[in-house]
Amino acid sequence: MSTPNTYRAGPDEDGRFGIYGGRFVAETLMPLILELEQAFDESKTDPEFAADMDRYLSHYVGRPSALYLAERLTKHLGGAKIYFKREDLNHTGAHKINNCIGQILLAKRMGKTRIIAETGAGQHGVATATVCALFDLPCVVYMGAKDIKRQAPNVYRMKMLGAEVRPVTAGSQSLKDALNEALRDWVTNVEDTFYIIGTVAGPHPFPAMVRDFQSIIGEEVREQIMAAENRLPDTLVACIGGGSNAMGLFHPFLDDADIDIIAVEAAGRGIETGEHAASLSAGSAGVLHGNRTYLLQDDDGQITEAHSISAGLDYPGIGPEHSWLHDIGRASYVSITDDEALDAFRLTTRLEGIIPALESAHAIAHVMKIAPDLPKDHVIVLNLSGRGDKDLNTVAMASGESFGVE
Amino acid sequence: MMSTRITRRFQSLAEEGRGGLVTFCTAGDPDYDVSLALLKGLPAAGADIIELGMPFSDPMADGPAIQQASLRALKGGQNMVKTLDMVRAFRSDDDDTPIVLMGYFNPIYVYGVDAFITDAKAAGVDGLIVVDLPPEEEAELCLPATKAGIDFIFLTAPTTDDARLDKVLEHAHGFVYYVSITGITGTASASASDIEEACKRLKSHTDLPVAVGFGIKTPEQVGSVAAIADAAVVGSALVNVIADNIGDDGKATAGLVDAALGFVSDLANGIKGTVEK
Repeated sequence: MSTPNTYRAGPDEDGRFGIYGGRFVAETLMPLILELEQAFDESKTDPEFAADMDRYLSHYVGRPSALYLAERLTKHLGGAKIYFKREDLNHTGAHKINNCIGQILLAKRMGKTRIIAETGAGQHGVATATVCALFDLPCVVYMGAKDIKRQAPNVYRMKMLGAEVRPVTAGSQSLKDALNEALRDWVTNVEDTFYIIGTVAGPHPFPAMVRDFQSIIGEEVREQIMAAENRLPDTLVACIGGGSNAMGLFHPFLDDADIDIIAVEAAGRGIETGEHAASLSAGSAGVLHGNRTYLLQDDDGQITEAHSISAGLDYPGIGPEHSWLHDIGRASYVSITDDEALDAFRLTTRLEGIIPALESAHAIAHVMKIAPDLPKDHVIVLNLSGRGDKDLNTVAMASGESFGVE
Repeated sequence: MMSTRITRRFQSLAEEGRGGLVTFCTAGDPDYDVSLALLKGLPAAGADIIELGMPFSDPMADGPAIQQASLRALKGGQNMVKTLDMVRAFRSDDDDTPIVLMGYFNPIYVYGVDAFITDAKAAGVDGLIVVDLPPEEEAELCLPATKAGIDFIFLTAPTTDDARLDKVLEHAHGFVYYVSITGITGTASASASDIEEACKRLKSHTDLPVAVGFGIKTPEQVGSVAAIADAAVVGSALVNVIADNIGDDGKATAGLVDAALGFVSDLANGIKGTVEK
């Protein structure tokens, strides 16, 4: 698929990254997915589309997001120099909005009049509800009933923004089931509805499209780190559930062979307990939600429930491009437990005055493991993908403290 | 064309001058033994072709009825090995009624495509409907299954336009399944005039028989669809009868099989009524 000297050419015309990806959807959706691919391809060369993207990303989202040298964390760990890419400073508080701006512009281009989305932590749901308010389009967000409970602030934000949040009580009542229900809505309302998928998964062209909309993260880092260090970083670290913030940071650097690329999965209560969301570390190849990728499943091909304290990582699959990067060894995939993420959450809050999302805290926790043993001139860029205000209740409960809003 | 149970069945239906009844139920719902007893009773009750669902944890194109059926079957210990066992057990008494396995690709992929084709063929499976394998993914299962003599049945939908139809039908075998609404199973129903128009369009592109499904619930609907198309498919409505005969303990009540087969007889009578008219 890719020419020998680039890792950035995928997917191929069938939407594959190696054997991963593809278009495993019902016939009813197939014509629409082909239409979407065409609209996406056309948008890439349309200067007006690019100008709209630029305008909204600069003036509405607030890009570029800062690249911040976390001096106190660096000093505390005593090794590598740690930079945070501050996606938490974006409007709505996470990287998710980058993709939503891109997809809502495509939806408008295609003449769609109704938007649906799935959400886990609620960050993608909030970002989708936000752009729907901005573009005056009705919005339905599917969210697992379990996630609605643990992410109450985001649920209320979505409602304030005018979205209808539909609880999903099927299956594990989390992100996987929200995706199933969103796909059921889409196949029913195929004429007027645009499905804004929040991560680099789903049928082609979603993995490539979401990656392209998120790649602004890595593109900015390239410029910002040159300005700060006059060289490229040595290591990139990001958390992965579906993998969109990681892909956004990694993709512009895939061909810089000297850069170590590390993605951090959620090990939940520990891989050995079986209660985790580490599809690459502990899963196998399968087909779900429109693509072939690594999945958590049993030996009969039934999808098993994922677990993570972080709702945004609580998904039994992963974007297909990550599966490919894993197999060819271009990126390494490690995992961090709930407890390690909580420790990183607390440490970052106290040392830097930055409350990270529990998702991003997984990436920080891995940096805490590797930074002390690295030389002081080693540069790590960590994607601080979102802010942690939404997680305060979860953290309080995990700490045995009262949040005072029950 | 090679003679298969499916082609022979549609031929005999044509000779009888009536449309066929296709029934869907999920293998192992709510347990293996009850499900097998139901399966064995279907032909005598009036099912001309049997669709047997391969349970999957995440049935994305199905409504609540078939979602629940899938979960009940999995809870009852059903898996792909048992589903193929069930077909084999059915075939020991019935060598004529076509069985089409229907479901999603992942359980087949994890079983192993080559092993699945070999075992399904040996068990007596005649056709496959795999919801999440459109023609774009035909290399995954359609082409190898067809080569092994199992009919791969493609779904067509109201969104499948004329240009696309030829691509969908290029490797279609057995019959064409027309999904008469945009949506999931067990919800809305299409009007007879929409179905008639769609069948006319399909027939202008293919000589294969056309079966129409989604939203067909009553003997009257079966009668009207079977008068237009070559067969009518009933799934969720039958699955609902199964669900209504499951106790609070999740186990089948004594009357489940009779109730389900009684419903199938009523559906079959819906077709006979139109023939007599």
